[in-house]
Parts: sequence; C-alpha cells; structure tokens
Amino acid sequence: MKRTLRYFVFYGLLFGVWILLAKLKIWPPYLFPTPWGVAEELRGGFTDHTYWIAIAVSMKRVLIGYLISVVLGMILGLGVSSSKFLEETMGGLLVSLQSLPSICWWPLALLWFGLSQNAILFVVIMGSLLSVTLAMDDGRKQMPKIFGQAGRNLGAKGFKLFWYVLLPASLPFIVSGLKQGWAFAWRSLITAEMLYMSLGLGQVLMMARDFNNMSAVVAVMLVIIALGFVVDRFVFKATERHLQHKWGVAATS
Amino acid sequence: MSTNAQRIIAEAFTPGSGKSVKLAALERAFRVLSPATAKLALSEVCLTYRTEGGQRLLALDRIDLQVRAGEFLCVVGPSGCGKSTLLHLVAGLQSPTSGRILVDGQPVDGPGTDRILIFQEHGLFPWLTAGENVEFGMKMKGIPKAERREKARHYLRLVHLTKFENSYIHQLSGGMRQRIAIARALATEPDVLLMDEPFAALDAQTRDLLHDELERIWSDTGRTIVFVTHNVREAVRLGDRVVLLTFRPGRVKSEFPVTLPRPRHLEDPDVAAAARHVLDELREEINRSLEAEYSTGVKPRIEPGASE
Repeated sequence: MKRTLRYFVFYGLLFGVWILLAKLKIWPPYLFPTPWGVAEELRGGFTDHTYWIAIAVSMKRVLIGYLISVVLGMILGLGVSSSKFLEETMGGLLVSLQSLPSICWWPLALLWFGLSQNAILFVVIMGSLLSVTLAMDDGRKQMPKIFGQAGRNLGAKGFKLFWYVLLPASLPFIVSGLKQGWAFAWRSLITAEMLYMSLGLGQVLMMARDFNNMSAVVAVMLVIIALGFVVDRFVFKATERHLQHKWGVAATS
Repeated sequence: MSTNAQRIIAEAFTPGSGKSVKLAALERAFRVLSPATAKLALSEVCLTYRTEGGQRLLALDRIDLQVRAGEFLCVVGPSGCGKSTLLHLVAGLQSPTSGRILVDGQPVDGPGTDRILIFQEHGLFPWLTAGENVEFGMKMKGIPKAERREKARHYLRLVHLTKFENSYIHQLSGGMRQRIAIARALATEPDVLLMDEPFAALDAQTRDLLHDELERIWSDTGRTIVFVTHNVREAVRLGDRVVLLTFRPGRVKSEFPVTLPRPRHLEDPDVAAAARHVLDELREEINRSLEAEYSTGVKPRIEPGASE
C-alpha cells in the first residue's frame, strides 16, 4: 500500500513538472511537446491502428530474432562452458564483442541480406546472442554441482542429462541474462527499424520526426517504454521470482 | 596376497586340525582372496588431487575395503579425511588415481544405477515434484509413465510421504526432503546405497526418526549400505561394522564390528559404550586435523574423556 502510494507520488510529481513546464511556455511546442499534445497523438495513433500494427510488426520481429538467439546462445554457451579450450579462447572474444553495439553490423547485414527483414533479424540476433551465450556460460558455472552429480548418478547422460537436468537446474541463473538479452534485442530492433523503413515502431517514430511532429515522437517513445516495462515486469520478473522461490535461491533483485 | 589370507591358508593346512575346520578356513580364505564374493570391493584405491598451486595432494591412500551383500557399513573420520570422496569414487562420479573398485566383481566404470548416492544436501530437483523426483531414475531408464508412477507411489509409501507426491521440494521440510531422496534412490532399485552424511543437517528428533526408518527400510529391502558420517554414535547405532579413516591422506585406520542387537537406539548405553571405543581412536585423528588447521598458531586439543 505504502509502495503504491510512493509510486503515485513520484509519477504524479514527474507529470506535474511536465505540465508546469508546458504551461509556462518557455519553449515552443515543436521543441517541447506538451502532455495534451502527446495524449492526442497516442489516442490518434491507436484509433487509426497505426500503433497497433507497428507494435504487432515489431513484436513479431523481436520475438523471432530473440528466440533464434536464445537457442543459438544456449548451444554456444554450453559449448563454451564445457570446454576449457573454448572458454579460454572464445570467452574473451565474446566479452569484447558484447561491447559492440549491434547496429554496427547494419552495413554488413545490408550487404549480406539486402534491404530486408533478414537484415533486421540479423542485427537483432547479434544484439542478444552474446548476452544469452554469456548468461548460459555463467549459469552453468554458478549452478550447484550437486544437480549434475545427482542426475548422472540416477542414470542421466548426454542429451538427457542436458535437457532434464542441466538446463532446468541453470534456469534461475540464466534468467537475468535472458532478460538482458531481451533488452538488447529490443533496442537493436528499434534502432534497425529507424534506419530501415518498413512498418514497425522505429519507423513510426522516424516518420513523426520527418513531419517534425515531436509530440508523436514522444508518444512512440512512451509506447516503446511501456512495452519494455510490460515484458520486463510480467514475463521476466515474474519468471525470475517464481524460479528463485522454487529453487530456494534468495531473491537477489 | 594379504597377510590375513596367508594366515587363514596356513591355518587350513595345519596338520592335525579337523576336516571341517580346514574347510571353513579355506572358505574364509577364498572369500578374502576373491573380491567377487564381496558386493563391493576396493583394493589399493588411491586418489591424488592437483591443488591450485600445482601441488599434488594425496587424498586417499591405498584403501582396502570389502562390503558384504546386505551389510550396513559405516565410515567415520575427521572432516577432510576423504570419506565423501570415497563415496563419489564408488558412485563412479570420480575415478581413482590408482587401484580397483569392484561391484559384484565387475570394475566400476562411471555412474550406474546399481549404486545410488544420497547427498547431505539431498540433491533433489526443485523443478520437479516429489513424485517426479522419485520417478526420475526410472524415466532415464525409459520405463513407461504408468509403471513409473505406480512404483514411485510404492516408494513414497515406504517413506510415509504419499500425501506429498505433488508437492515441490521447497514446500517440504528438511527431514521430508531427505526421505524423498531415500525414496528416489530406492526407486532405481540399486543394490548399493551410498549415503554421504545424509542426516547431518537435520535436527535431533528428525534424525532419530530417520534412523529408525532407514534401519527398517534396510532390513525390509536387504540393500547394501555404505554410510558416511562424522558422528560416531550414529555410525555405531546404524552399522554392522564401523570403519575409521585417518586424517589426510585417508587410510583405513581400524575396523570395529558392531554386534549389538537391533533395533538399536542412539541413547542405548551399549551404543554409547561402543561409540566411546571408536571415539578414542577417532580423537587422535581429529587432533591431527586440528593441528594441521591451526599449525601456525595455538594448537587446541581434545583431551580423552571430553564429550563428543
């Protein structure tokens, strides 16, 4: 109850400051969008279905890209964590590659895949693949050894050991990495969409910019933030809590 | 050939002794000489570790141990004597540096469901229900679901936890978890149960209860049990025989047969007296381990007669 109150007070204040600044008219509306202008854009965007279509397109892209990088990343991470040679050689490469914003792959992606969905997917995958790989690698190391031992002891080996024991056992330890991977995938997608005009939230935002409509720009930004929040809170946070509770691991975040 | 076997054979060929005496001696000699007659036989088992600094550390030194089928063997020793490692070797989770481990005369090559290890931290899978945990070994063997479920229920009944079939592990108490671990181990129908301080983390009442249950299950199912503990009283209360390991490197220091009638109880004066006997020898090893630990500073000692 107290917490909800704090939320309301904080966001109320923030909103209040925005209204105040807009009312004071220090800057013209095309430089500083007003709350009512943004609200009008949001209403319009949703009623004429522009935003709904953009959300659907963007979500579809990010989901496909993210799923591919989760599968690939898990395989890669497992490989890295189970071989000392790979760990020493590829481990460093992965960490340094992660510091590269995935949009840097855009020129190459364009050459390889043409101006197409696949180029966007490639950038999205490159954005989240490394996070997932590192998370899997790390999760395997953090996972209590006892699960692997117990599994082998009970006759699990090879793929069965991985699928029925190692993978579920490492879940609570990789879920935060998976969350990070999602965040990277989402950002990469929006960036790529801003460069490549074909539906999607990124393009809607760039169109607003081309019309010099800053209220619409802010409106799309709010939509992007809201989507990120919803996925983080209702997919990842919930999963993380559930796993930590079930595994008996103390909640860390 | 061990000196023990030589002595027995010499006895068998002593002129003048009766035929039945000779036969009995020969039979015993055969049993000692042939590891195949033991359920579990360790001969000259050594294990060396390589420490972080690159040094070689001898953890287990020429362990010779035979366990009869259906025997309840307890292994005691100070912490760091390698008694848990010994179980991991038998379970096939680790390989010895040298020496042989035979189960029914067959060398151990990796883990097998004929030997199931029960860990101190139970090692149950939190993503599965209690019932699914018990089923796990059978699932790995490819036993159909209906049969698995039925068998799992049987073993849950054996540990009195039928009602908790659909509970997850985090919903169970420490004692219940350890009972599920026992049920899960039994469900793969192993010949040998390897128990690594399974009750060390439990409160006294729960532990007493589980001692009774384990003894009952053992006599009902006729499994061979190797039970590692640092608690001498527990070892004497449960075991047919107690083996004492030395502190680093682990060697078999001595063996104590326990012939007290069953069922026993932790508080029995006989159990206490037998434990005292073992404890006197264990104390030397504990002192050695303390000296090693405090080698740079004061050297606390446990004096004979001090309480456990």
